Amino acid sequence: MSKININKSWKYDESLESTSHIKLKDKYDLFIGGEFVKPLSKKYFNTLNPATNQSIAEIADANDKDIDKAVKSARKAFNSWSKLDPKERGKYIFRIARMIQERAKEFAVIESIDGGKPIRESRDIDIPLAANHFFYHAGWADKLEYAFPNKKPTPLGVAGQIIPWNFPLLMAAWKIAPAIACGNTVVLKPAESTSLTALKLAELIQDSGLPKGVVNIVTGAGKTGAAIVNHPDINKIAFTGSTEVGKLIERSLAGIEKKTTLELGGKGANIIFEDAAIDQAVEGIVNAIFFNQGHVCCAGSRLFIQESVADIVIEKLKDRISTLIVGDPLDKNTDIGAINSVEQLKTIEKYIEIGKKEGGEIYQSKCSLPKKGNWCPPTLFLNVSQSHTIVQEEIFGPVLAIQTFRTIDEVIEKANNTPFGLSAGVWTEKGSKIFRLTKELNAGVVWANTYNKFDPSSPFGGFKESGMGREGGLHGLKSYLKFE
Amino acid sequence: MSRIDVLKTYKIFIGGKFPRTESGRFSPLKNKDGDLVANICLSSRKDFRNAVVSCRNTQKQWENTTALNKGQILYRIAEILEGRKSQFIEELMMTGSSKYQAKNEVEQSIDRLIYYAGWSDKFQQIFSSVNPVASNHFNFSVPQAMGVISVIAPNEFPLLGLVSIVAPVIVGGNSCIVLSSEENPMVSISFAEVLNTSDVPHGVVNILTGERKELVSYFASHKDVNSIIYCGDKNEEIKEIEKVSVENLKRVKIYKRKNWNDKTSQSPYFIEQCQEIKTTWHPTES
Repeated sequence: MSKININKSWKYDESLESTSHIKLKDKYDLFIGGEFVKPLSKKYFNTLNPATNQSIAEIADANDKDIDKAVKSARKAFNSWSKLDPKERGKYIFRIARMIQERAKEFAVIESIDGGKPIRESRDIDIPLAANHFFYHAGWADKLEYAFPNKKPTPLGVAGQIIPWNFPLLMAAWKIAPAIACGNTVVLKPAESTSLTALKLAELIQDSGLPKGVVNIVTGAGKTGAAIVNHPDINKIAFTGSTEVGKLIERSLAGIEKKTTLELGGKGANIIFEDAAIDQAVEGIVNAIFFNQGHVCCAGSRLFIQESVADIVIEKLKDRISTLIVGDPLDKNTDIGAINSVEQLKTIEKYIEIGKKEGGEIYQSKCSLPKKGNWCPPTLFLNVSQSHTIVQEEIFGPVLAIQTFRTIDEVIEKANNTPFGLSAGVWTEKGSKIFRLTKELNAGVVWANTYNKFDPSSPFGGFKESGMGREGGLHGLKSYLKFE
Repeated sequence: MSRIDVLKTYKIFIGGKFPRTESGRFSPLKNKDGDLVANICLSSRKDFRNAVVSCRNTQKQWENTTALNKGQILYRIAEILEGRKSQFIEELMMTGSSKYQAKNEVEQSIDRLIYYAGWSDKFQQIFSSVNPVASNHFNFSVPQAMGVISVIAPNEFPLLGLVSIVAPVIVGGNSCIVLSSEENPMVSISFAEVLNTSDVPHGVVNILTGERKELVSYFASHKDVNSIIYCGDKNEEIKEIEKVSVENLKRVKIYKRKNWNDKTSQSPYFIEQCQEIKTTWHPTES
């Protein structure tokens, strides 16, 4: 079969998104009580553009005293916010949703500059979904008693929320929207490498007229997060991040009455049966692992292909990834953007080394990579088995471990044989097989003939060590309410 | 000469069998006059681990039993218990309940089993949802059993407390290992005999007797247990459970209530506590 070498035959012209309409300050303070205030710590750190590793702005580094100030402001606001007519509460949240839509382009560009994700993804997925989350939850504010009949739901109080760097604005929306819709107030900390869109959201919230102190946004690294977790006047901790940190949080809260929801790591199994629509499945594999540079907790990072179609699927997959463009996140042609930070790139490279050392057969796309910045080409590992480190551990990068299987029982066993249980994918044209798999796979989300789809009305969250509780949908509301 | 009574040996209940504790230890249970009523097994960590194995082996099969069938099996437990009412009333009275209390506790227990039998094919409809996602996908969320659950049963209401916790656990397709009321463990073993004659598959419910302070941390730390339910209010036990359960992120439920005899002690939300929500997506043609 003759193949066209896309990279050789055609060269794409650059199609850069304009940055002229975005407004960024050189320095960002903490958003507490509806105002931007200087940190008591007097410290700042730089946030870098991962495509160039140049500084974009200075970000305040909050300490214990700053967190205490933020919690006090949230507590004060809780007294009136929780008593506000729920219908009015909802209207404020609707307003935030609308304002995000109005400023969507600005948010998308900043998200790509600060986090490295391709502009197509921040423009078409992150930002619209963030707006939709506010819109969806706004409507719940005055309807909560219908979600939990006979339970008389009431808000918990002050929620401390700690979010990761892979979907900065979207995660902020996932956390803030249900919390405030249910009548809580929040202290939210974005990840230190991606604080900008959360701070832009703070500006937007200021403009929206939301009562002061209902949403407080504080920036900093792990120590700042720990100060939130350990603050005695917080009623609820919501954390999205690694399983390791999630466990640390749970341990430190043992014996303390603070509700928690955890969205942690994963090692999603993506299963291709011989009766799948193969070309669609190949697209699905690519979307499952290379979406957002593989910085996705629910990424389909373990691929299982039924033996009879393994050769053809792998060949098509190799062809397909050779066409993926790795490069400038602001270029609309880009498929895979920059790895979020130097540290994360090192982690991914460490796992690639381990994969090779343990005998995995590596295949990497020979695409060109920009000179500056953090980049990793799409990477496949063949000839690996359940015991390989890269099959067991979450890499959080564009690295796919490929195994084959013969029978459905075998693949169910292998897919479930992990401490994680966040997501899975199933590719087959046979409905009964899909229903068997979705029943038997221990995962909070199962994508059948699709992958990496998200929606505010769809509950998201893991089994086993992938987390506790759900976010989104009716089921996600439970995390922010207490009941009679 | 009057007839000599045959005394019963109270053993533990693992995988549908009634072994003695492997540890060979016991604790004498006395009535209010100080007479020996029974020698109760002091179960060990090993007994617990054996029970987890049996629990895990049977859990999937139990979960896959149809909802209708699970409902009928719970109903069957109630039927058998109804038939042995007088035995349970007698046993509860032996260890301190008044006749009125004992009768009420047994009757409430039977009614509670019937209540949850009825939920077996309904709670899914209450807790499921079809989610109107903004794309061409059909998307639904359904509850699924958490798996193997360890239970520290209430000290109060040795029969009703046990039934109030175990019924919602198993009707949702979970299997469990229960540490019975420490203060009054006797009826729990008689209840195991009821379970064993009620078509409940072996290993779905395992019942141990013994000391909380010895066993709580094993119940909370075992890595093949998905969730732990603790009934009680001892802060140091709660803290220990919450700490050691983190190892495999067990779902921890704490019930501090002392009263299992009012209308708030039963609801479908007790079933929901032992379910995970699973969401499935599939494209629709546009």
